[in-house]
Amino acid sequence: MSSYVLQQLVNGLTLGSLYALVAVGFSLIYGVIRLVNFAHGDLMMIGAFVTLGLVATGYVPWVIIPLLVLVGGFLAGATIERLAFRSIRNAPMITGFIVTLAVSVALQNLGILLLGGQPRNFLFPEVFRARVNLGPVQLGVIDLVIPAVTLLLALLLALLVKQTRLGLAMRALSENMLAAQLMGVSANRAVLAAFGLGGALAAIAGFFWGGKFGQIDPLMGLVPGLKAFVATIIGGVGSVMGAVVGGYILGIAEVAFVGFTPPSWSGYRDGFVFVLMILILLVRPQGLFGRDEEERA
Amino acid sequence: MLTLERATVRRGQTRVLDEVSLSVPGGKISALVGANGAGKTTTLMTLSGLLPLKSGQAVLEGPDGDLDIARTAPDRLVAAGLIHCPEGRQVFAKLTIEENLRLGAFLNKDRRAVARLQDSVYALFPVLGDRRRSSAGGLSGGEQMMLALGRALMAEPRVLLLDEPSLGLAPLITDRIFETLVALNRDRGVTLLIVEQNAMMALEVADQGYVMAGGRIVESGSGKELLGRESVLTAYLGVGM
Amino acid sequence: MSARLRPSPWLSALLLALTLALVALLLERYGGGYYRTLAKLTLINVILAVSLTMTNGFTGLFSLGHPAFMTLGAYVAVAFTYPAGRKSFAMPDLPELFGGIEWPLPLAALIGAAAAALFATFAGLALLRLRTHYLAVATLGLIIIVQTLALNLDGLTRGGRGLTGIPRLADLPTIAAATFVIVVICWRIKHASLGRAMLAVRENEMAARCFGIGAFRLKLLAFVLGAAMAGFAGALLPHVVAVMTPKSFGLTLTFTLVAMIVVGGQGSIIGAILAALTISLGTEALRPMEEGLGLYGLTQVIVALALILVLIWRPRGLFGLNEPLVRER
Repeated sequence: MSSYVLQQLVNGLTLGSLYALVAVGFSLIYGVIRLVNFAHGDLMMIGAFVTLGLVATGYVPWVIIPLLVLVGGFLAGATIERLAFRSIRNAPMITGFIVTLAVSVALQNLGILLLGGQPRNFLFPEVFRARVNLGPVQLGVIDLVIPAVTLLLALLLALLVKQTRLGLAMRALSENMLAAQLMGVSANRAVLAAFGLGGALAAIAGFFWGGKFGQIDPLMGLVPGLKAFVATIIGGVGSVMGAVVGGYILGIAEVAFVGFTPPSWSGYRDGFVFVLMILILLVRPQGLFGRDEEERA
Repeated sequence: MLTLERATVRRGQTRVLDEVSLSVPGGKISALVGANGAGKTTTLMTLSGLLPLKSGQAVLEGPDGDLDIARTAPDRLVAAGLIHCPEGRQVFAKLTIEENLRLGAFLNKDRRAVARLQDSVYALFPVLGDRRRSSAGGLSGGEQMMLALGRALMAEPRVLLLDEPSLGLAPLITDRIFETLVALNRDRGVTLLIVEQNAMMALEVADQGYVMAGGRIVESGSGKELLGRESVLTAYLGVGM
Repeated sequence: MSARLRPSPWLSALLLALTLALVALLLERYGGGYYRTLAKLTLINVILAVSLTMTNGFTGLFSLGHPAFMTLGAYVAVAFTYPAGRKSFAMPDLPELFGGIEWPLPLAALIGAAAAALFATFAGLALLRLRTHYLAVATLGLIIIVQTLALNLDGLTRGGRGLTGIPRLADLPTIAAATFVIVVICWRIKHASLGRAMLAVRENEMAARCFGIGAFRLKLLAFVLGAAMAGFAGALLPHVVAVMTPKSFGLTLTFTLVAMIVVGGQGSIIGAILAALTISLGTEALRPMEEGLGLYGLTQVIVALALILVLIWRPRGLFGLNEPLVRER
């Protein structure tokens, strides 16, 4: 394979990792309570700005920052659930979706209000910005770190879902909320945990996004959030691991679109992603690993 | 052990339960029979804390005092030994048999105790033990009932509420299930409240029974008495409601 | 529903027409430019809210795609109304036959509406089989697709730089008249058998189908009609503010429209009108505070929080209580 192709693959893996991180949380939440959380992408923005804040203080060592971002994301996700989503848990689907839309708008505009609409940036330490040569390809250390961390986190999440009591509770709730509650499973706690975990993963994606692409602003979560939804559809809604796979597929597809079409087409990348989404929804709405019922009217 | 006092439950404008009073004595088998739509499932859902009471009281007696069901969270009730085996079994088809049982004892954090409980369920229902790693969706109706029962037993219940255990099952299997239930009551002292459309079956094993129609209790007495009454037949068939 | 004294529909229509005419006349005579513009924008919001009520509220589908149709309608209409002299400069890729024409706004807006309707037909055929939230996100995707096209086909649209100098052809009487017509159309649809069929689909689609109601075609009809009205409204807007960019109609607008129909109550035309008025005028009232204090984004936060509260406490909306589901005879 030519080095150009390999280079695109590397870029695709990095972008795909970020989509995967956001998509996984999204899928987890949907799996447990069937809520399409439109505000999920904005948790990425929160993670990015938490990073900015921590870096700006100058005190916090870089080793600790990602951990704090994870914690911050967890708390943000859980708080939002507790405040906005718990009350509407039994409301019709559309109400839930509208509330998530409202939360998203609120978060974005709070961001603009408190932080200003101007893009900001922070820089990862030298170590990560260094470039290495891996055979014919040149990549930043960060391009190795991002997929590695993503896969590690995905693995940990998979273990949690499969092997732990909490994971069992989530899987039971996902299948039959009433029966699960008859076993003494606390829906409140499991849902809170799902939102928290999703928030943590989205936040760390924001951390990486800011470091990789150099620019953050309060509206940054919108389009990636929607694209993460597309990734979830590709992987199959309801399948957490499918979301990871979907994220990578989408990332690689998007980079391939930009990399292998005439340069004048590159502005169409977002349109491409959503045309892809519509095609998938028409042809195979359950995605690759979809376990949910047919999503057709 | 378990009582409902003039309980009224509303769904929208209808009174699905209308001033229902019944008591489930500890250590005995009680039956609640009636036609479809009489309110039997609603009664059970109210007793396990899933439905709010418009008026009236629901109380679970326990060694640590009485619990007001309407004010207690469902998981607290489970912890207090009140287990509800829902209509249609509702096993988790996508989870394994093992996981289903584990869920039954969800509130029990002692892994070894849970393992012992699982073994005792496998001893009771060998079929489940043979297929413990396969998904519950592959079980037959009767096997799912066994799983549902086993799952309920994992919680070491003091009171077991069963909603239509015979639903969709062949007579032979139903017999087997009821035998198990009677043995459960006799040997382990588990209090049972069995809701059934198959009134004969339930009343035969019951120490006492209630007949429900249109959200109200219309007959009560010992199992044997009720079996003999013509009015029971009427209520059961829904005639003259 | 208890029998209440309801004004006859003709009376309501007359009242509406008189109110609009009065407002338009007063503002034309005595109002300053600011108030006239405010009235124009508010009325456009009313059109949007009512049309979204028809698309979403009547048949119960959940489309968030109105801004996409607005964008399309706007660019198409502007192609017809833009001053001929500057057209070749601003939009060099526009085909020859557009070059010389400069058509009046109502006509151009209707063409814009038709273009939006055409696009909506194809989009609807593809998407309307999807269930609720998939449909919602798919229609959001439509917005992004249309925006991407508008951004990149800059020979036609001037891309991100946007079009300026659009003639201010939208005067208040025109907009008021358009509002009146559209409200009446939606009202008539709602209270005709078409509307009842749509409402039946919303309440219980399976049951409606059993009665021979072609659910899909009704949804498509509601979708396309709503899109046409959105396209029309979208065509009007740039002729009020003289500027148009691909991002003019985006996600914020989606949210505002959703807020309007939620507050107004699903399927209620009066509710939509009242909600559009409240939210438009309310946000406008808040604007001085936002700009004065430099707190950009505050208005949106307030609207969003208010919407969340409304949904938590009054899932059926604030206003949509008075209108009968179908007209009593």
